[in-house]
Amino acid sequence: MADTTQYDWKAIVADQRFHALHRKKMAFLWGLMVFSVVYYFLLPIGAAYFQDLFKIKVFGPVNVGILFALSEFVVAWGIAFYYAYKANAEFDTAAAEIVMDVEKKYGGRK
Amino acid sequence: MSSRRFALAAGAIALAAVATPALAQGAVAAKWQWLTFAVFGVIIGVTMFVTYLAAKRVHSAADFYTAGGGVSGLQNGWAIAGDYLSAASFLGIAGLISIWGYDGFMYSVGWLVAYITVLLVIAEPCRNIGKYTLADILAYRNNPKATRIVGAISVITVSTFYLTAQMVGGGVLVKTLIGIDYEISVVVVGVLMLGYVLFGGMVATTWVQIIKAVLLVTASIVLVIMVWSQYGFFGDFLNNVIADPKIQARVAQILGDGAKNMSPTELGTRFLEPGLLFKAPIDQISLGMALVFGTAGLPHILMRFFTVPTAQAARKSVIWAMAIIGGFYVLTLFLGMGSAMKVGADQIRAIDPGGNMAAPLLAQALGGGADSLLGNFMLAFVAAVAFATIVAVVAGLVLAAASAMAHDLYVGVIREEHVTPQEQVKAARIATVIVGAMAIAIGIAAKGQNVAHLVALAFAVAASANFPCVLLTLYWRRCNTGGIVLGMIVGTITAIALVLVSPNMTYPKALKAAAQKVVDASPAKIEKLTADLAAAPDDAAKAKVQKTLTGAEKDLTAAKGTLDKFKGDETSLVGLEKPWFELRNPGIISIPLGFLSVILGSLLYRDKRADDMWDELYARQNTGILAAKAVAH
Repeated sequence: MADTTQYDWKAIVADQRFHALHRKKMAFLWGLMVFSVVYYFLLPIGAAYFQDLFKIKVFGPVNVGILFALSEFVVAWGIAFYYAYKANAEFDTAAAEIVMDVEKKYGGRK
Repeated sequence: MSSRRFALAAGAIALAAVATPALAQGAVAAKWQWLTFAVFGVIIGVTMFVTYLAAKRVHSAADFYTAGGGVSGLQNGWAIAGDYLSAASFLGIAGLISIWGYDGFMYSVGWLVAYITVLLVIAEPCRNIGKYTLADILAYRNNPKATRIVGAISVITVSTFYLTAQMVGGGVLVKTLIGIDYEISVVVVGVLMLGYVLFGGMVATTWVQIIKAVLLVTASIVLVIMVWSQYGFFGDFLNNVIADPKIQARVAQILGDGAKNMSPTELGTRFLEPGLLFKAPIDQISLGMALVFGTAGLPHILMRFFTVPTAQAARKSVIWAMAIIGGFYVLTLFLGMGSAMKVGADQIRAIDPGGNMAAPLLAQALGGGADSLLGNFMLAFVAAVAFATIVAVVAGLVLAAASAMAHDLYVGVIREEHVTPQEQVKAARIATVIVGAMAIAIGIAAKGQNVAHLVALAFAVAASANFPCVLLTLYWRRCNTGGIVLGMIVGTITAIALVLVSPNMTYPKALKAAAQKVVDASPAKIEKLTADLAAAPDDAAKAKVQKTLTGAEKDLTAAKGTLDKFKGDETSLVGLEKPWFELRNPGIISIPLGFLSVILGSLLYRDKRADDMWDELYARQNTGILAAKAVAH
């Protein structure tokens, strides 16, 4: 393992920018995580306890159950893309700044 | 370069073994078996060539375990899909949909949603601080020896369950498909997989998984386009499902007396509604929890994130994997319902009651039927993809188990990291041979066992032990060695123990009671049917009664067989007369218990190192400081 003791990790973590990145990221990640778990479990719960709702036809042969199951796929992909967009646009830039500073301070990549 | 010659030799042995005429009848007719072998031979040839090239690039432990971190996000996405889409999901889910309709499709959703957990909280931090194995992450700030031991044991446990299910399931599947003897197919899968992993390490494993995933997706797209061209796209397709007499008959069969007052259209519509298969919602939710939290704790999936150079590439690979895996499951809806119409649940279940033959038979039927060249070519192709699927998944599992054995237990614990790079690679290869031989031995020993629940158990252990430990050491400052050790032990043991006392096990007393009932009732029933047969007015009625009579006689023989088989047995493997725990899936109990144990263990234990290292771990997992350096050599 690379020697990591030369770094002052306390200072890095105490840095205002790290603090801001961490706060924003945690709220965002756990918010999405809770939403996706809740949304997923609505499917087996609905299929078991709200069958009458799932059987209602929306158009033609398509019922609520089928639409809801398909929406699980769309929502999963949506969450993935939303997260990727947010991470690429915000988190990566913020993290890169911190990494650059650290590398400048400790002599860059070896 | 003797290792490369060995790789070729392994391929040749495997081919020769497949071509041995020790063949029985499978879904592929004897006349067309050469076609399956030809397609399979091409796949083996290509993957062996890749292994031959890869073997040149395996010099260090990093090359062997993680392909030197040189896999791109796109490649890794395909490899994850290839690693994850086992025969169970490829053939099994299509089968569930073809037999049970909506419930089968609903079942597939959890397998995709699982990747949200992987994407949001696991993949990138693990890439940022990990090296080769799951235990590397646990050992980062906790006592390395203690956490490597519990981590490695859990990884080997999970991988062995999964591996057993793959080997046994794969052997049965290949026998059903092609008619090759069970033992031969287990040995062929084992030898091929050893060839790939031993010589090509992660590079070859990655490519085998990519090739398999591409073949699988291509085959599915072709089949679905053919299904659409015959039955129409979405709305028209579903209308055809509702109007299909085979599907209506199947629903009537499932509902029994409940179907008496239903019109054909109502029966067809019912196929698109929930509730035909799943009657125990709590069990479904429990399984869902194991999937959604367990995937992020599966060692062979986690390991894939060490093969990419950066957190960005790890993120990209999950996005690709989700697109491929999700897209595949959506296609499966049409494959399953397509085969329910084109082939019919009765015929699918006649060959395999679990429905695994739905997609292969659909391919044959779409190509023109059992006597056509195209039909048999398509069946052969699907069969060959199924075989490649088993090999690719097994390769990933063996690599994960071998890395835990060699990197964590041998190098980390026994040698305390004092090893030369050459010794590391050697240890990795020896561990691979051990795990591979073990996989073949277990596969042969477990012949005839019901292993279907072992995949669910692997997910349950991963969700109850690995996931809480990895998650909390990454995100919770107070987490420490005490929590990891307690969490791993409690999570693993609870999940396994609950399955041991669940309805998954065999309960001779209940089985014998049911069989005795059949035996007692049979003479009267058979007598009545025989009388009916004599009194039947015409041939059609006669045939119908004869069918029932044959069925009743078959039931009687089966019941007598059951009574014979369990003579003297009263209790299950752990001495129970009936299940003590009513759920088949332990997740809903064992996952919270796993988390609780990590928390309690951490609070009760003092560990200065875990506390001191927190800032370092937390800074690195969030930013990727030093991550690029870790892959520079």
